[in-house]
Amino acid sequence: MLNRTIAPPITDATDYKLHLKPYDFFSLDNGVPVYAVDAGAQDVLQIELVFYAGNFFEKNKAVAAATNFLLKNGTTTRTAFQLNETFDYYGSSCSRACYNETATITLHTLSKHTDKLLPLMNDMLTNSIFLQEELDIFKQNAKQRLSVNLQKCEFVAGRMIDQYLYGERHPYGTFNNAADYDAINVEDIKAFYKQYYQNGHCAIFVAGKLPANIQELLNENFGKLQLTKPTFVVNNIITTPTEQKKHFITNDENAVQGAIRIAQPFPNRHHEDFKKTIVLNTVYGGYFGSRLMSNIREDKGYTYGIHSYIQNHMQECAWLIATEAGKDVCDATIEEIYKEMKIMREVPVEEEELSLVRNYMIGGILGELDGPFHIIAKWKNIILNNLDEKYFYDSIDAIKNTGADELQALAQKYLQPERFYELVVY
Amino acid sequence: MIKFEKFTLENGLRVLVHEDKSTPMAVVNVLYDVGAKDENPEKTGFAHLFEHLMFGGSVNIPIYDEPLQSAGGENNAYTTNDLTNYYCQLPAENIETAFWLESDRMLSLAFGKKSLEVQRKVVCEEFKEHYINKPYGDVMHKLLNLVYTTHPYRWMTIGASLKHVEDATLADVKAFFKKHYNPSNAILTVAGNVDVAQIKILVQKWFGTIPAGEKYNRSLPVEPKQTAPRTLEVKADVPLDALYKCWHIYPRVDDRYYTADLISDILSGGGSSRLYQSLVKEQKLFSSLDCGHMGSTDAGIMIIEGKLVKGVDIKIAEAAINEELKKLKQTGITDTELEKVKNKTESALAFEDMSVMNRASSIAMYELLGDAELMNNELDKYRAVTAQDILEQSNIIFDENNCSTMYYLSNN
Repeated sequence: MLNRTIAPPITDATDYKLHLKPYDFFSLDNGVPVYAVDAGAQDVLQIELVFYAGNFFEKNKAVAAATNFLLKNGTTTRTAFQLNETFDYYGSSCSRACYNETATITLHTLSKHTDKLLPLMNDMLTNSIFLQEELDIFKQNAKQRLSVNLQKCEFVAGRMIDQYLYGERHPYGTFNNAADYDAINVEDIKAFYKQYYQNGHCAIFVAGKLPANIQELLNENFGKLQLTKPTFVVNNIITTPTEQKKHFITNDENAVQGAIRIAQPFPNRHHEDFKKTIVLNTVYGGYFGSRLMSNIREDKGYTYGIHSYIQNHMQECAWLIATEAGKDVCDATIEEIYKEMKIMREVPVEEEELSLVRNYMIGGILGELDGPFHIIAKWKNIILNNLDEKYFYDSIDAIKNTGADELQALAQKYLQPERFYELVVY
Repeated sequence: MIKFEKFTLENGLRVLVHEDKSTPMAVVNVLYDVGAKDENPEKTGFAHLFEHLMFGGSVNIPIYDEPLQSAGGENNAYTTNDLTNYYCQLPAENIETAFWLESDRMLSLAFGKKSLEVQRKVVCEEFKEHYINKPYGDVMHKLLNLVYTTHPYRWMTIGASLKHVEDATLADVKAFFKKHYNPSNAILTVAGNVDVAQIKILVQKWFGTIPAGEKYNRSLPVEPKQTAPRTLEVKADVPLDALYKCWHIYPRVDDRYYTADLISDILSGGGSSRLYQSLVKEQKLFSSLDCGHMGSTDAGIMIIEGKLVKGVDIKIAEAAINEELKKLKQTGITDTELEKVKNKTESALAFEDMSVMNRASSIAMYELLGDAELMNNELDKYRAVTAQDILEQSNIIFDENNCSTMYYLSNN
């Protein structure tokens, strides 16, 4: 008779030897570095061009994002429609994204069509024209989207907490209002394009089932452009956090929930506390079984979800706690958040919980190494943050070996209520 | 081509195993053939609330999540109008932990009062977060009520009202479990770094002794054919006017479903699609515009939804949509357009199959539709659609008597 009360034996996940599949590396003729991971069973491919063209580099607000978006909206040889039609015809997608330091252009395609699509990306990087009409549509639609987002408490909370942490002039703390979109002009965009794309710093990440001639294809299409290899270092801009720590905003009179954000500045990946704090954060609010989730959702039912995390920034970061809680239980939720900090400071994490968290984290990394897109994402994060594979292995070491005493010491250092900014948006 | 092996236990549990030795992970996916459509109209939201309760401990295991996390695993679940799906991914060596956990909650839940109380609150907060505290949050609720008069697709998975969730009792929970959570009503998929022989032994060991229970026979009210246009006008505190138009389409296994799916891509799949190019880029009537459908098991709906550029008259915007549909109905599509949407489908299917988790849930989903092997014929079915099919179906689907229209207007 099967005894269902006894758990089957498990292999301790911390016994796994995790291995990050190395990338293949080559440089294009112009020095642009290419990091390639050839893996996977499906005939699919992802090519990501990373430019140092994020909002760190813009003089006027929203110019970096507008330039990035409009790269696909017309060149001297192809209209926006023709570009879209060709990408669509081959079942591919060419997406753009603008971040703080970097901005990207990413192609997802069946491997067999790669050669037909790269010339379009070459065209976008060489001959974009930025028509006034295309810019006008972008501005109008961006403003409309913003007007909808501004009605959401969580959107307002997200941008305001960053402003408190970094200051409104810092690229991490700034945000765009309707007037900023109105002020964008074609000349600014053309100048930004020339400096940061046509003559920009670029690195390329490719993953999937790579065509045999991938090196030639990339060289032909991107190796002859006026691009240069990035240094992977961006000079930081001084942050100007607000003095006042507690904030309260009424955004929607009919709100039935409040968006709560509690955050403190935190150093980046290069700091010695970073890797161990990731473990502490997981215990505190980083997974479904975390202290915050167990208490505030699973015991009290105040929220659908509560999470803590360290922002994915290259320079300064922040440690954040975020949740949407019933309007009548927002105060109680905040009280419990601080109460859980106090427990982390005062009581060492017990071995059983710590072991669970270690296994959970290692199992998670094992899952994240599955497939070429996941592997290249890990490498991209390492390379763009100017780190090397040692960072990956040290992080695993931190998960396996950080002790309860070290976690408690970190909690005593960081999980202090007076270090946190606090914001509630109804 | 996704390979798998299928067998059925004596208690009726269907098991499908898909080996993939390239990953160190394994996925255990349990799909229950019960969704919001099986709910009592007076007690909606129950299938989803129940999904939450499935994590509240089972008869021999007080907490579901902890042992799984200790084994390096992660899990989640979702409920749709058609089904409830639970999945976990963990290092392949520890797969037996997932069998232990999943079989125990199929055997019997712990039915805690506290768990019900807390999860009622959690689901109410989920309801607020997604459907109340957001602009346009109640759109689907209103739209489904307009399009469906009879079929239970007329309410959303989260429930028709907060009250239904608040009123759920422990007796309801127990009855629901007994009725739907039986081996004969479930499909177990195992995928990843596993061996069929090893899985057969484990499945028999953990699931083989669960009593078959009573087989649930579904008999849902049939949606009568719509015979006249329907309209609804709503005013709300939103910044932009929005327009929604929907039409009844076909069940998921109907051959005409594939034609309908390609029609939605022609209208709005990608930057070169008809509606985006004409109405967003050229005529500048909408700032966003999409055409999609639910992919539901029973006859679903095709929806065109768009937010209007401020200052545009909604009647003019609607006329412009109708004009595009008229073009499609009169002249159909070009061969290039047809090839484009077929290529897009081919690509989408390849990308979908990249993760072992997706493969596991797809296998279960297609088995639910009748036969997991269907998933390997999907591309052929899309490839078989002709320009003539598109022309015919455009005329049938976009008939004004098959259409429901909602104006969702800004108060400001």
